[in-house]
Amino acid sequence: MNFALNTDAWDAICLTLELAAFTTVILLVLATPLAWWLSQTQSKWRAPVGALLTLPLVLPPSVLGFYLLVVMGPHGPLGQLTQAMGWGVLSFTFAGLLIGSVVFSLPFAVQPMQNAFEAMGTRPMEVAFTLRARPIDAFFSVALPLARPGLITAAILSFSHTVGEFGVVLMIGGNIPGQTRVVSTQIYGHVEAMEYAQAHWLAGGMLVFSFTVLLALSMMRKRLGQVLA
Amino acid sequence: MSATDDLRIRAQLARSGFYLDVDLELPPQGITVLFGPSGSGKTSLLRCVAGLERPANGLIRFGQHLWQDDSRNIFVPTWQRDLGYVFQEPSLFDHLDVQKNVAYGLDRSKKPGALEALSGAIALLGIGHLMHRHPANLSGGERQRVAIARALATQPRLLLLDEPLAALDLARRHEILPWLEKMRDELSVPMLYITHSADEVARLADYLVVLDQGAVKAYGAAQDVLARVQSPVIVGEDAGVVLRGTVVQRDTPWHLSQVAFPGGFLWVRDNQLALGRQVRLRVLARDISLSAYEPHDTSIQNQFKGRIEAMVDDTHPSQALVRIRCGESILLARVTKRAIHMLGLNSSSEVWAQVKSVAVIE
Repeated sequence: MNFALNTDAWDAICLTLELAAFTTVILLVLATPLAWWLSQTQSKWRAPVGALLTLPLVLPPSVLGFYLLVVMGPHGPLGQLTQAMGWGVLSFTFAGLLIGSVVFSLPFAVQPMQNAFEAMGTRPMEVAFTLRARPIDAFFSVALPLARPGLITAAILSFSHTVGEFGVVLMIGGNIPGQTRVVSTQIYGHVEAMEYAQAHWLAGGMLVFSFTVLLALSMMRKRLGQVLA
Repeated sequence: MSATDDLRIRAQLARSGFYLDVDLELPPQGITVLFGPSGSGKTSLLRCVAGLERPANGLIRFGQHLWQDDSRNIFVPTWQRDLGYVFQEPSLFDHLDVQKNVAYGLDRSKKPGALEALSGAIALLGIGHLMHRHPANLSGGERQRVAIARALATQPRLLLLDEPLAALDLARRHEILPWLEKMRDELSVPMLYITHSADEVARLADYLVVLDQGAVKAYGAAQDVLARVQSPVIVGEDAGVVLRGTVVQRDTPWHLSQVAFPGGFLWVRDNQLALGRQVRLRVLARDISLSAYEPHDTSIQNQFKGRIEAMVDDTHPSQALVRIRCGESILLARVTKRAIHMLGLNSSSEVWAQVKSVAVIE
């Protein structure tokens, strides 16, 4: 029995962190305007869009993964598009996995930011307008800095949620070493192959990681709360 | 007031509780106070001027600057209107220190003389020692002073203040009021100032607009509006007039000053005011008593012969509010209806008004 982490395990860990990092960056860029729009709009589309963005929270990952697979597959609309662009089919690739992760963690990025924007109210932006700031300027110089705790929460939740996903990964990515095999699917593979020692190392690592993230999050909230109080 | 300099506000706005419908021309100097009970549309009116609300059938013009004209489909967004806005709560940016808060608008207004304006605003509001503090570590009064300085630093042509003292306790109000009076006296920027405090009206108003349920109930020079008894603007304990006068004499041994006003002379407490200094005097209706003949051997030093112009019921059924003309000035007296009956006064009688107390408010 080998107690140390082998190359396969390291590959899986690196891929997991890479996937989580890319997902977080894309989500912050994508979720910020969405959260802002949801927090400000009085449009009739607010409720349906909000519900749509929250769907990944309640849907079983296999359902989500299944639809993504259909959409990205050779006959799906996205699959047709990527083939026409010469990128081939995205399912069972890292890019496809990334798209799946972004969709899967979208509510975890949108919700904290939306809450932060809503808690701020309209006043800070109005003050900025009366001080000659244009809307885009006011957003970046006032709204975004004031929503920083929400942004940090969104980033941490997106990252850790991506690290912890399994169902979507398995559906879209398969379990291809070095390409789509992340820690969670690696553990699954070990258990199926009765390699309990390997599974223990990785599972324990995940446990410690998740606990640390949650602890850091709550400590940071406390500190930020003190700063802002 | 020339037609090109004034502030023209025509606005209609439906809100829960009232329908704002105003058409005003306001003078382009001094402090115009918007006065009225809460829910009368004062804040909505100010927000329309600032462009934070878009009224229907709107026409907002300040001097040559046309900010909204619905007949020509013109609407200038808030950030292009050359104004300063002080909100009811100080609304400082919590993520910036005082220095950066005050400089926020300054950096964006891109006007010449920006640094002088900044140091001027800092000195005027006395916040120089706070520059590196964070808003969270300021008192309510300090925060509001920073908010006012921040608005002034953009060198606005018009300053809008929405009850800047309402969120403060009495002590803090008295801390800020002198700064506001200083601003009025030292800056040439016209101000629109919302309040529902009779004290602030008396101290600050040059011009007065009284709003009720979204409609203009009265407007004009503050002295004139306050002296009206038909539909009086301020009733009860706060009813009274504001007189303007000049300090002409000091009686140092008795610690008194004499103030000349268009109607006579008043002895007031000597507050070390220089001779020739312009002052405002607030005379409350409850501090004036009436006599049918010239009173002798009385402790009251200030007596004026005048003629009654009008009498109306006051809030309590026992009392009446009497409007008396003394020379070019108007006094309001609150007396009991029984006294009016026993003295045989009618709405054109000659009377002697005895002024028991006068407050010098600047």
